[in-house]
Amino acid sequence: MEKTKINITDEVAIHISEMNKWYGNFHVLRDINLEVMRGERIVVCGPSGSGKSTLIRCINRLEEHQKGRIIVDGTELTTDLKNIDKIRSEVGMVFQHFNLFPHLTTLENCTLAPIWVRETPSKEAQEIAMEMLEKVKIPEQAHKYPGQLSGGQQQRVAIARSLCMKPRIMLFDEVTSALDPEMIKEVLDTMIQLAEDGMTMICVTHEMGFARQVSDRVIFMDDGQIVEQNEPESFFNKPQSDRTKLFLSQILGH
Amino acid sequence: MSKIAFVQKNKIPPSPAPISEVGVIGWLKQNLFSSWFNTLLTLLSIYFIFIILKDFIPWAWGGHWDTKSLRECLDLNPDVACFSVLTARWKQLLFGLYPAEEYWRPTVTFILLIFSIIPILFPKYFRFFWFSIIYPGLAIWLLWGGSIWSVGIVYIGFFLGVLLFILLLRNITKNMVITGISSILFVILFFIFFSNYLVKNLDIIIPISLPPVESLKMGGFTLSLIVGITGIVASFPIGILLALGRQSNLPIIKMICVGFIEFIRGVPLITLLFVASVLLNYFLPPGTNFDIVLRVIIMVTLFSAAYMAEVIRGGLAGLPLGQHEASSSLGLTYWQSQRLVIMPQALKISIPGIVNTFIGLFKDTTLVSIISLRDPVGLASTIRADQTWNGIYWELYVAIGLMFFVVCFGMSQYSQYLERKLKTDK
Ligand SMILES: Nc1ncnc2c1ncn2[C@@H]1O[C@H](COP(=O)(O)OP(=O)(O)OP(=O)(O)O)[C@@H](O)[C@H]1O
Ligand SMILES: [Mg+2]
Repeated sequence: MEKTKINITDEVAIHISEMNKWYGNFHVLRDINLEVMRGERIVVCGPSGSGKSTLIRCINRLEEHQKGRIIVDGTELTTDLKNIDKIRSEVGMVFQHFNLFPHLTTLENCTLAPIWVRETPSKEAQEIAMEMLEKVKIPEQAHKYPGQLSGGQQQRVAIARSLCMKPRIMLFDEVTSALDPEMIKEVLDTMIQLAEDGMTMICVTHEMGFARQVSDRVIFMDDGQIVEQNEPESFFNKPQSDRTKLFLSQILGH
Repeated sequence: MSKIAFVQKNKIPPSPAPISEVGVIGWLKQNLFSSWFNTLLTLLSIYFIFIILKDFIPWAWGGHWDTKSLRECLDLNPDVACFSVLTARWKQLLFGLYPAEEYWRPTVTFILLIFSIIPILFPKYFRFFWFSIIYPGLAIWLLWGGSIWSVGIVYIGFFLGVLLFILLLRNITKNMVITGISSILFVILFFIFFSNYLVKNLDIIIPISLPPVESLKMGGFTLSLIVGITGIVASFPIGILLALGRQSNLPIIKMICVGFIEFIRGVPLITLLFVASVLLNYFLPPGTNFDIVLRVIIMVTLFSAAYMAEVIRGGLAGLPLGQHEASSSLGLTYWQSQRLVIMPQALKISIPGIVNTFIGLFKDTTLVSIISLRDPVGLASTIRADQTWNGIYWELYVAIGLMFFVVCFGMSQYSQYLERKLKTDK
């Protein structure tokens, strides 16, 4: 399948420079520099514990960084709560364990934030929600509770829930790792479709097929550092660093 | 082809279960006589139930209802109950020392209570919440009497405050803090400067009042319900705030909440009630007349709020961190995510514990008899001190127990209904 690269603009969506983070004394992220363009699709990979989740969670301030700058959509992340709320409402995030609200129906999960954060009238919010549920291909589950859905369906609802906020950037943290093989495909298909629509995406994933197919850039992290980044073709075919080679041989080798 | 290969060719249609598995016999076999040990337990239990009922039923069934004194009962038949004490004193057990010609007031209050709580208990089927808001004031007025405006003014004050809040929010500024503080300030000023004047004038224009009844006259089951229900209603929100405070990142708020909870939980309720009845007088400026029932309600409320806070904290701890993360990542503010995402789930998990605390609170109201308020248990002593009924035990306490049981059992049933209703996973 031919990739559409035309999406990438020269407008900066996320700018991270010299960013460092510690958990207590533990230096999780070290001198991270990263610039993401609007429309760009980035895959982040790396061994367990290398700081991938921490990196993307810093982008919407689920984690606080201690040094360096993170600028999202022109707004810098500081302790200013207003900025944080603004950025969070523009950056969608999907989690490994879905984190749907179990006491609300699928539809209510999707309308909650638009109604309370965007102050969208409830009828309009429902229309948007149905539109997004259709996009992830489960409009018929709108009135069920998350507990009544399969894992793959729940994850697609979680994606729809984020989309309802009309985010300009989407973060995905190993969204397929908790799923059975036959459900992984339905979620990946949804993500591929999003990517084709031109959404700016950062995906932490070990799905190398997905990385090859849709990403514009692959970032490899190890020990809290960005070790290597490249276009997917070159990244997979001609890895430069030894650590990347080792990682790729482990993940693709068997 | 090897011997282990096998293909099923005909489909076996479902057939009814054998009779020993379904129906009454099946149920008995499965639940009561499934093993020799189970059978033994069943037989033993039946025996115990039999022993208890063997004496109780004839005693209660043959009881006297219309003798004039315990003596008379004993002369007739000493082996059966003497319920005449209830016939003679039931009004007192229900209303305490409330003036007899005003009994209609607590009665109406409790009938209206039903109308005010049903919409809250079953919000799906009823939509007249305004009555539940008016009810507390109405109840206070009915029970204590006096001018309707002395209660009404509170509503007027808060109504004006809310009105101001909405107007400011719509027209002047979107800032919740500024509008909130100025509205609260307005309400306070209103109560300090205008309310007395307004009450006086309203009294002259539309005089509606009932003969006042003082707090010491409140008693019997009425008192239990007043203290119990007010305590329940007030301790719930306080408990929620305490639980949130205890989890807060702000050290001072956290310290205050932890200190309060640990202090209250570490002190027996009786001590608090004594403080309310005796010691508080030393601390309050002389001459202040701080209603005794109100003092008791405050102590009972604080007491159960502390327990409630811990129960709810358990529920909060039971929620996966992901719920907080998901709601923040969607841009919900702290209070929005507490209200819309966290609390509904935490409260649902805590329903059994919350209702447990409510039931405990309601039964603990009987402790007020120790500071000489006349709740049913206190009245029982008074009645037994009377020559006519001196020596009576069971009949009185069975009746009092039954009154409490009905209310507590109701709460327990409701909580089970609620748990079933809120179940969303299957
Ligand atoms: N709250 C925390 N406190 C202390 N250390 C943490 C915390 N969260 C993560 N860490 C540590 O930080 C490091 C990076 O964690 P992170 O979750 O970002 O890794 P990851 O690359 O996403 O790994 P995985 O592939 O297993 O998800 C790990 O060594 C982890 O143990
Ligand atoms: Mg991770």
